[in-house]
Amino acid sequence: MMIAINLVKVLIVFAFVQAMAGLTLWAERRLSALMQDRWGPNRLGPFGLLQPLADSVKLLLKEDITPQGVDRLLYYLAPAMSLAPALMTVAVVPFGEPVTLFGQYVVPLQVADIHLGILFILAVGSLEIYGIVFGAWASNNKYSLLGGVRSVAQMLSYELFMGGSLVGVVMLTGSLRLNDIVASQQHLLWGWLPAWNLFRQPLGFVVFLVAAFAETNRLPFDLPESEQELVGGYHTEYSSMKFVMFFIAEYAAVFTMSALLATVFLGGYGLPGLSVAECGPVWWLPVAQAAVFLTKTLLFVLLFITVRWSLSRLRYDQLMRLGWKVMLPLALLNIVVTGTLMFLWRTTG
Amino acid sequence: MTHLPGPIFNAPGRATADRGLPTPAYDTPRPGPQKEKRLSARPTFFQRLIVPGLLRTWWSGVRHIWQKKLTVQWPEQVREVSDNYRGVHRLNKDDRGRMKCVACFLCQTACPANCIRIEAGPSPWPDRPKYAVRFTIDELRCVFCGMCEEACPEDAIELTRIYSLVGTRRDEMLFDKEQLLTMYDLTRDEKHPLRW
Repeated sequence: MMIAINLVKVLIVFAFVQAMAGLTLWAERRLSALMQDRWGPNRLGPFGLLQPLADSVKLLLKEDITPQGVDRLLYYLAPAMSLAPALMTVAVVPFGEPVTLFGQYVVPLQVADIHLGILFILAVGSLEIYGIVFGAWASNNKYSLLGGVRSVAQMLSYELFMGGSLVGVVMLTGSLRLNDIVASQQHLLWGWLPAWNLFRQPLGFVVFLVAAFAETNRLPFDLPESEQELVGGYHTEYSSMKFVMFFIAEYAAVFTMSALLATVFLGGYGLPGLSVAECGPVWWLPVAQAAVFLTKTLLFVLLFITVRWSLSRLRYDQLMRLGWKVMLPLALLNIVVTGTLMFLWRTTG
Repeated sequence: MTHLPGPIFNAPGRATADRGLPTPAYDTPRPGPQKEKRLSARPTFFQRLIVPGLLRTWWSGVRHIWQKKLTVQWPEQVREVSDNYRGVHRLNKDDRGRMKCVACFLCQTACPANCIRIEAGPSPWPDRPKYAVRFTIDELRCVFCGMCEEACPEDAIELTRIYSLVGTRRDEMLFDKEQLLTMYDLTRDEKHPLRW
């Protein structure tokens, strides 16, 4: 029975992430249009919501081209390799407190409750690079390769302080488990401020946000793609369904990263006063918590989109300088400051 | 009325204002340029912080979300063109309802795109020796330069403000005499700054 429940959970979560990737794509097109004083796709369905569907149908009907001289195996494998990690990361993100089904099954509202949740996310998140690099390499195209090379350099520099920026959070929580991290953010500071890590770790939040943009290859850091210089970057040679997979992977990654940001820095599914401890096991609580979680996530999705359409891309050397000379020291500083403050807190009572 | 290849969305009386839609933003005055700030070679401390500048840049994009849009929502919203816009041709009729054309071939000669084809025949009316038995304009070839209009000694051919001209086949866009005279009926009451 637990297996059946888990399977249903997996299906729901993955289908949901896919749907959210489509919704993110729609939001991106509408918002980019609005920011450019246009309306964007508003014809198909209410507010043009069915546009992603039409897009995917169009892309499915396109010819699937395999260029000459590609490394077949890697070329076919790469889109899947970039999509899978984006979907996998979401597995450890909790979207509600455990619910009790039929009076006997305690179901945690997350696909997998891993004790090393943050480590898992960092590890799987960096696997995404393999899809990009393999795709770029296998395409037998100079532009793709350049995109792949940039992507590796970027990922190497930004993974480093991405992990570093989370150390502060882990120190505060004393656990790598995402449920513990969410639970540790549910009280109020000084009686009015939610104890979200956004307020307790402002520097860590900024550094992680920058790393998140780089990790998802979104616009201030979209050097692997940079369509003005590299045609299409790593997916120049991809068409039809394979391109769709890269495309979905990008938006799934945006959604996943937003979910992670909401979980780690914005208190996840919790609002002050919205928990089993305070409301009792009422039926609407999981729904409300999922809604709160989704709202927080969508806020970050909106941030991702609006940043893409207002900020310009960093030059390659600027990217490296920002990564190694600004963000890495800031991440280290954050660890030192957090450690010092915690030490003082403990010793002075 | 003769059959036309497609619907005419900007025929007179179908203007945007008539259907209660908001006027598109393109003809509202845009705010003038902001007062220019002097850029110094050395960035100030505030500029070196980067983050405030980033936020300002971000906001400069975001605030456009609720600003007025430039898109004309065709076909519900129709763009108003100027009074002397050069659109589809029409063949004028005189006060007795006959076509004014005397088949002098001046428009066909003047046409730089060679899109006018006239076949002349003996006129059924006593006031002119010839008239156009067939008068075909290839609207796909036409460059809408208005030379035919200027060449015509009888004010028989004119360009209207109708620009929404659609068809699904090339031969549909060959407008014959009846269709061109229909265009006249459609636009008979239109004001034009350069005519009569």
